[in-house]
Amino acid sequence: MTVKLTVFSALGSLVLGTLLAAMRVSPVPLMRGFGTAYVNIVRNIPLTVIIVFSSLGLADIFGVTLGAPDNFDLQGFRLAVLSLVGYHAAFVCEALRSGINTVPVGQAEAARAIGLSFGQTLRLVVLPQAFRSVIVPLANVLIALTKNTTVAAAIGVAEAATLMKTMIENEAQTVLIAAFFAFGFVVLTLPTGLILGWLGKRLAVKR
Amino acid sequence: MTSVLYDAPGPRAKRRNVLLSVVFVVLLALLLWWIWLTMDDKGQLKWALWEPFTTADAWSTYLWPGLVGTLKAAALSMVIALPLGAVLGIARLSDHRWVRVPAGAVVEFFRSIPVLLLMLFANELYAKSANIASEDRPFYAVVTGLVLYNSSVLAEVVRAGILALPKGQTEAAYAIGLRKGQTMTSILLPQSVTVMLPAIVGQLVVIVKDTALGGVMIGYGELLTARSTLAANYANVVPSFIVVAVIFIVVNFAITSFASWLEGRLRRGKKTTGAVLSANDATIAGTAATGAGGGGE
Repeated sequence: MTVKLTVFSALGSLVLGTLLAAMRVSPVPLMRGFGTAYVNIVRNIPLTVIIVFSSLGLADIFGVTLGAPDNFDLQGFRLAVLSLVGYHAAFVCEALRSGINTVPVGQAEAARAIGLSFGQTLRLVVLPQAFRSVIVPLANVLIALTKNTTVAAAIGVAEAATLMKTMIENEAQTVLIAAFFAFGFVVLTLPTGLILGWLGKRLAVKR
Repeated sequence: MTSVLYDAPGPRAKRRNVLLSVVFVVLLALLLWWIWLTMDDKGQLKWALWEPFTTADAWSTYLWPGLVGTLKAAALSMVIALPLGAVLGIARLSDHRWVRVPAGAVVEFFRSIPVLLLMLFANELYAKSANIASEDRPFYAVVTGLVLYNSSVLAEVVRAGILALPKGQTEAAYAIGLRKGQTMTSILLPQSVTVMLPAIVGQLVVIVKDTALGGVMIGYGELLTARSTLAANYANVVPSFIVVAVIFIVVNFAITSFASWLEGRLRRGKKTTGAVLSANDATIAGTAATGAGGGGE
C-alpha cells in the first residue's frame, strides 16, 4: 500500500509540479503570481491538515467521492493520493525552478536568437537540461513522499504506519515490530537515494 | 526584463499576454465561483458557522491553547535537537573511523524513517515501559519523535555548514598550531553558525508542521486537535479547517520570511566568508519529514 501510494502520488505531483514551474517562469504575470501563491500557501500548511481535510471536509461535507462512493477504502486511497499530489507538487515546482535557474543564460539566449518561442525554448532547450540537473533534488522529494505516505494513516488508509500501530497494540514485542517497519523504510528509501544520486551524476550536463 | 526565457514583449506579444491573462483570470474566476457555489450549496457560507471565530471564546478555549501546544512542542524539540545535531554532525566529520561510521549510520537511519513511525513507537514504548502520566505521554512522544528525526537532519546541516567553509580556514588554524578540537571550537564552529543559521530557522517550519502529526495520530493537544474539538462544538468543520490552515500559513510564513531576511543580511555582511546555506537547502535539499528532501550533500 505504501508503495502504491508513493508511485501514484509521485507521477501526479511530477506532472502538476512541472506545470506549476512552467507557470512560475512564464511571461504572463498573472500566471507567475498564481504559481508563487500556490507554492507559498501549500508549503506552509502541514500535510496532515490537508489530508485530514480531504477526508472530513471534501468527502464528508462536499460529497467528493472520486468515483468510489461505496468503497470506503478506495475512496480513502484516492483522497490520500490527491492530497499527496497537491502537496508535493509545490516541492517539485521549487526543485524544477531551481533547476531552470542553473541552466546557463546563454542556452536560453541562443534559443531565442534562433527564433524559438517561449514554449519552444522551455520545452526543447531549457527543461531537458533542467530535469537532468534536478534529479537529485527530485529524488529527495520522492524520498520525502515515501515517508509522507505514512500521514495517510490519519484517514485510515491501511499503509505502513496504520499496520504498525495495530500490530504494536496487539502484540507484545513493541521494539521488534517497530524495528521491522523502520527497516522496511530504510530498504525503500536508501536505494532510491543511492540509485537516483548515481543517475543524477551520470546524466548531469557536463559544462 | 527580468527573465532570460523570453524577449521583452513587443506589441504583438503584449497583446497575446493580455489575452492569456484574460483567459487565465476567467478560468480562475470560474474555479473560484464553482468553489463558492459548492460551499454555498452545502451551506458552508452561513454566518453561524463563521461567527464563532469572532468571539473571544473560540480563541481562548480552543485555538490559542492549541497554538501554544504546537509552538511548545516545536520549540522544545528544536532546543533539544540542535545540540544533539551539532554533536552528530561534528562526529560525522571526525578523523576517527570508529566515531565517524556509527554517527553516519545513526544519522542515515533516522533520516530515512518517517517521523510518524518514530512518534508512534515512542508513544507505545512510553505506554509500556516508562512511568509517565498518561496525559503527558503524547507530548513526550511527539517531542521524542521530532528530536530523533530533526537532530539527524540538523546534523547534516551542521556538516554541510562546516564543509562550506573555505579549506584555508582549517589549514591556517593548523599552521598557527591549534589542535583539532581547538580548530573546531574556536575557528570552524563560530563561522559556520552564521552560515547555518538560515537553514536552521527554515527547519523550524518543518518542525512546526510535523507537530500536527502528533495531534492526529497520538492525540497531542495542538492546533489540529484543538480544531476537531472546536468543530465538534460548533459543527463547523470546513470553516475551522480554513482558519487553522490560515494560522499555520501565517506562523510559517513569518518564520520563512525571517529566515530569508537573515540569509540576505548574512550574505551582504562582510565579516563572513560569504558561504550561506539558504533555508531552502534545509527544506528541499536538506530534507524534511513533511517537507521535501532527504540528502544534504
